[in-house]
Amino acid sequence: MTRYFTKDHEWIEVDGDTGTVGITDYAQGQLGDITFVELPAEGASVGKGDAVSVVDSVKAASDVYSPVSGTVDQANAALADEPELVNSDAEKGGWLFRLTLTDPAELDGLMDEAAYKAFVEAL
Amino acid sequence: MSAANAAGWRPTMGDTTPQGENFTTKSGDYGLMLEEPLSFEIGGREKCGVDLDDPQGAPVAGLPLRKAAPDLPGLTEPETVRHYTRLSRQNYAIDLGPFPLGSCTMKHNPRLNEKVSRLPGFADVHPLQPQSSVQGALGVINELAHWLIALTGMHGVAMTPKAGAHGELCGLLCIKAAIEARGEQRGVILVPESAHGTNPATAAFAGFKVESIPANAAGRVDLEALKARLGPDIAGIMITNPNTCGLFEPDMKAISDAVHAIGGYVYCDGANFNAIVGKVRPGDLGIDAMHINLHKTFSTPHGGGGPGSGPVVLSEALSPYGPLPFTAKTADGVIHLVEEENAQAFDHSQGFGRMSAFHGQMGMFTRALTYILSHGADGLQQVAEDAVLNANYVLRSLEDVLQAPFAESGPCMHEALFSDRGFADGFSTQDVAKGLIDEGFHPMTVYFPLVVHGAMLVEPTETESKSGLDRFIASLRSLAERAKAGDRSLHSAPHFAPRRRLDETLAARKPILVWKGEPGPAGLPSPSEIGDR
Repeated sequence: MTRYFTKDHEWIEVDGDTGTVGITDYAQGQLGDITFVELPAEGASVGKGDAVSVVDSVKAASDVYSPVSGTVDQANAALADEPELVNSDAEKGGWLFRLTLTDPAELDGLMDEAAYKAFVEAL
Repeated sequence: MSAANAAGWRPTMGDTTPQGENFTTKSGDYGLMLEEPLSFEIGGREKCGVDLDDPQGAPVAGLPLRKAAPDLPGLTEPETVRHYTRLSRQNYAIDLGPFPLGSCTMKHNPRLNEKVSRLPGFADVHPLQPQSSVQGALGVINELAHWLIALTGMHGVAMTPKAGAHGELCGLLCIKAAIEARGEQRGVILVPESAHGTNPATAAFAGFKVESIPANAAGRVDLEALKARLGPDIAGIMITNPNTCGLFEPDMKAISDAVHAIGGYVYCDGANFNAIVGKVRPGDLGIDAMHINLHKTFSTPHGGGGPGSGPVVLSEALSPYGPLPFTAKTADGVIHLVEEENAQAFDHSQGFGRMSAFHGQMGMFTRALTYILSHGADGLQQVAEDAVLNANYVLRSLEDVLQAPFAESGPCMHEALFSDRGFADGFSTQDVAKGLIDEGFHPMTVYFPLVVHGAMLVEPTETESKSGLDRFIASLRSLAERAKAGDRSLHSAPHFAPRRRLDETLAARKPILVWKGEPGPAGLPSPSEIGDR
């Protein structure tokens, strides 16, 4: 399994042709307490860079962009009752959705963990 | 001796009790700051403020009948009056003090406006009255329309939109109609990062796809990024000028020309027109549609949800598609209301529809026209000058203690923007905002615009005096210094408001929207106890 990161602070963990997407721990820290997560519909086909999910916090409502193109297989149902999972466990239990990648080559444009760390430190 | 009582001419207000900090009163009220329960908690079924007659006649057959009395609280008349008066005392309003909300333009509402709007000839008319009996009221709409067109250098105006975002929708529907009339399909509206938050929402609501254009390092639209995105799928751009960073877009004409060159239209969010009224005519900048918030620039009251009024001025290209109804004066001096049945006679057959059932916000029209006529052309210019001067006074008075991200790029317009850079670890914009409540001020706009970290957006408006601004600046300076020094007491502010810091997260995650508490003193019987009475 390999984990990639975007400039918009999403992470995607890829296992075969399945990717699990969430927002980074840095992003949740910037947003503050998350109060609601709007998730993509299962079965929806999404393009790379499409706004597919919305994370509401006490400060702002923020779009989450799909790091790659694909078909949404599953959304994290636990977030309906516990949006705070995105705060407490952003890069694991607070995942947003899983998709089947249609073009794995799109991953090449994303950052690895070290590059993302450097990107955040430069902000 | 406090700063507010420097001469010592009145007794000092105590902030501690002889009994110590945790003293509570028997009633739960403190001095004359009164707590107020819900009307359901005051009310009971044994009392009622009005005498109601027993229902007469037989029930209409076939209609569902209520089997139980509604569970409404009975209050006496004085209890009702006190309930709402007490609640009103917990409110904060522009008539109580400065309201420095950036992007909202909370300024003084001149009493002359109020006097004129209450004249019976304006206040007591009905929208369905014969037009011959309301020529004066129609004349106000027509005259105001004339001045809005003159001040903006535009071709036409739709007076009916009820607020800023409603005006945005009206403008975009005009753009949509114009594109359809050309037989084209253009589905994308570009929205710069420095635009008002309502702009992308409006474009999406009107059925367009929204794409963002980045801001450059100076807080303005990145012209090259914009040009790179222009193409045949672009319906237009929604731009806020002056923008929400409080900055004027110097490339506005170049932006308009570029968008026009590919067949698109330029919508300008005119919410910040108070910074440029009498100085710049948006029509000269190539703008095709712009709403004007009468409740901002032209000082009609707002807050608490209304009433707004958002007329939209239109270019010659978009005017044919504007909504009905509108006013038109014929050579005989009669003012007509142009509706569906006479639209063709007034050469307006391509209008996209209507934005409201009737003429628009009449009460706001009378106030705005009073404001325009009482200020005159020179007075309106001074409005813009003073709004900009006051904002720059705030910006320059605080930039040594608060980081001002765009202060280097020249003077700001109507609002000053600061960030939370430099605060001690763990201290945020929210702590400063809550501290302002303790200082007796409504907080500024926080965490907006999003392009600035921990944004604090202050719009003093032209109606605050220098001494009033100095008091506000002194308070904000002290709070900024406390946040930088890591003064932990700021974390629990406000300390002196009727409520301490509220748990906004819990309120948003687990809101309690329905009262299910204990009934009032006498006890409201439940619907099942009332039975089939």
